[in-house]
Amino acid sequence: MTRVFVSRDAASLALGADAVAAALAPHATVVRTGSRGMFWLEPMVEVETPAGRIAYGPVSPRDVPAILAGTAPSLGPVDDIGFMKRQTRVTFARCGVVDPLSLADYEAHGGLAGLRTAREIGAAETIDTILRSGLRGRGGAGFPTSIKWQTVADTEGERKYIVCNADEGDSGTFADRMLMEGDPFSLIEGMAIAGFCVGATKGYVYTRSEYPHAIKTFDAALAVARHAGLLGETFDIEQRVGAGAYVCGEETALLESLEGRRGQVRAKPPLPAHKGLFGRPTVVNNVITLATVPAILTGGADAYQALGMGRSRGTMPVQLAGNVKHGGLFEAGFGLTLGELVNDIGGGTLSGRPVRAVQVGGPLGAYFPPAMFDTPFDYEAFAKRDGLIGHGGIVVFDDTVDLAKQARFAMEFCAAESCGKCTPCRIGSTRGMETVDKIIAGVSVDANTELLRDLCHTLKFGSLCALGGFIPYPVLSALDHFPEDFGKPAALAAE
Amino acid sequence: MAVYEPWNEDRAADIIAAKAGMEGATLPILHSLQHVFGCVPTEAVPMVAKALNLSRAEVHGIVTFYHEFRRTPPGHHVLRVCRAEACQSLGADQVAAAIRARLGVDWHETTGDGAVTLEPVFCLGLCAVAPAALLDDTPFGKLTCDKLVAALEMTP
Ligand SMILES: Cc1cc2nc3c(=O)[nH]c(=O)nc-3n(C[C@H](O)[C@H](O)[C@H](O)COP(=O)(O)O)c2cc1C
Ligand code: FES
Repeated sequence: MTRVFVSRDAASLALGADAVAAALAPHATVVRTGSRGMFWLEPMVEVETPAGRIAYGPVSPRDVPAILAGTAPSLGPVDDIGFMKRQTRVTFARCGVVDPLSLADYEAHGGLAGLRTAREIGAAETIDTILRSGLRGRGGAGFPTSIKWQTVADTEGERKYIVCNADEGDSGTFADRMLMEGDPFSLIEGMAIAGFCVGATKGYVYTRSEYPHAIKTFDAALAVARHAGLLGETFDIEQRVGAGAYVCGEETALLESLEGRRGQVRAKPPLPAHKGLFGRPTVVNNVITLATVPAILTGGADAYQALGMGRSRGTMPVQLAGNVKHGGLFEAGFGLTLGELVNDIGGGTLSGRPVRAVQVGGPLGAYFPPAMFDTPFDYEAFAKRDGLIGHGGIVVFDDTVDLAKQARFAMEFCAAESCGKCTPCRIGSTRGMETVDKIIAGVSVDANTELLRDLCHTLKFGSLCALGGFIPYPVLSALDHFPEDFGKPAALAAE
Repeated sequence: MAVYEPWNEDRAADIIAAKAGMEGATLPILHSLQHVFGCVPTEAVPMVAKALNLSRAEVHGIVTFYHEFRRTPPGHHVLRVCRAEACQSLGADQVAAAIRARLGVDWHETTGDGAVTLEPVFCLGLCAVAPAALLDDTPFGKLTCDKLVAALEMTP
């Protein structure tokens, strides 16, 4: 029977992929994969042919007979689709290609070669390879991964931990989720390499509870890996599930939560690398950081570091989200401009109206107008313009957006999600929300705008972590780049 | 449709004992309790405290810190509608308002017939197919109020 491939990624399921797979099942061998990340084409079906996999999408169950008969209009070979062709898939090379729970598939596509290399060249040389690759943490802060690992390797401890941060709470991001659902073994392999390098025997993956499919797939992958002897006495991994607290993505709050307490931020120092989980030396890394390590060891540090720009080396899985025509995941070397990403690759808005603003880097990221679309996707370039790339999510808004409302939402979100440990974030965010409300209502607009800026200053410099520290980014960028939305009275959105 | 068990002290004791030996057992235990009883019952709090050598106040503080832990069981279905930015950019506020009006509930409330509890959520990682929601564990993209009502009618 013909082999066909249908994604089981949660976003594909959200568009009806299961019904399509069910319609195909009696007539073809259906392989469920992760997603290629072209969500405007989902549910997508790929049919195996001598000329490669031919893609169809978006597909409804009604289209199935025509697809199997070869009479349906196709998108051509999936690798030739423009969105795929323009990418450099390193971390996501296997995602959408393989059966995520088949270890044989994983190995046939280059899996486990990184771990073998690490064992051959040894821990010190492996850390050096990561150093030379230029890999920086993909969770948001962009801290060099090799330095973190070296610190833990150098710290004495009878027990050490690798903690994977899969709390992915930023709106507009889904790379961690896609990877855990589409290529979970790469994360397992990356964590095993990290454990080998620093001398850790136990790994924890802390996954947010809003990701039931990722949780299920990753647990299943852990069972497969354990059964194959990939995990066990020398190094084992356990998945833990969060409980709906954004701040638990902050690494010290995450450790508190793993230890069984309220997810409150710890003051640093001590660094988690010195005193992390249960006071032991701990590596905390994002899913994408860890899952990229095997590919670096396989392809070599030079090849990885040759990609990118400035101090941002390698690739970033950019996530195009919100009101965008071609929403999905686009992995490429750092350095594409925001305009290229939003307009050329993303195709502009889904609504067809003009783009007015994009928020990059999640709820703590700045709103940029099209006038700033020449900003290259690079940690330093965004920082220079008072923004951040964070975990790589870009949320597109058309000209119906009200930036005063977005600024209010930022403060509301901060107030709701503050861990409560420091006053600026706990109290300042509520005051900020009230102040934006007054501006929106047209009450002493100038004085209240000054007050809002003051508050942002206090939050930026007085908060314990980046939740309060960065919430000024969306608020001030909205004020600075979209002042017209703050000058006139506007009705508050129905709540 | 989720069916929750009525409170039973022995059952709770078993759940707690099964996980009390884990490193950092609190969240796994609370999740298990909620899975079985639909919430973290007040009666369970002192039991968890005792098993983990914590004070009652500490356990209470943990339960209330996390948005996900409930104090009372939800309806037969839990509908989690995303309210975060990417979904906002495609009209999530209006969709949510329509859903609230149609179901006749506000956030955190359960419909009169006990069928659905509505909860807000901040991102489901479905931001490229926004607006998004989860009905129990079934994901929905490009959500509209009509689509959701149709799905609810199809769900026993
Ligand atoms: C409020 C807040 C939320 C965060 N959420 C996440 C998250 O969801 N995932 C993540 O990997 N890092 C998150 N971070 C960053 C982590 O604190 C930490 O820098 C990261 O996990 C380190 O891994 P990396 O070096 O591989 O990026 C967050 C930080 C803050 C302040
Ligand atoms: S913002 Fe709604 S799913 Fe991410």
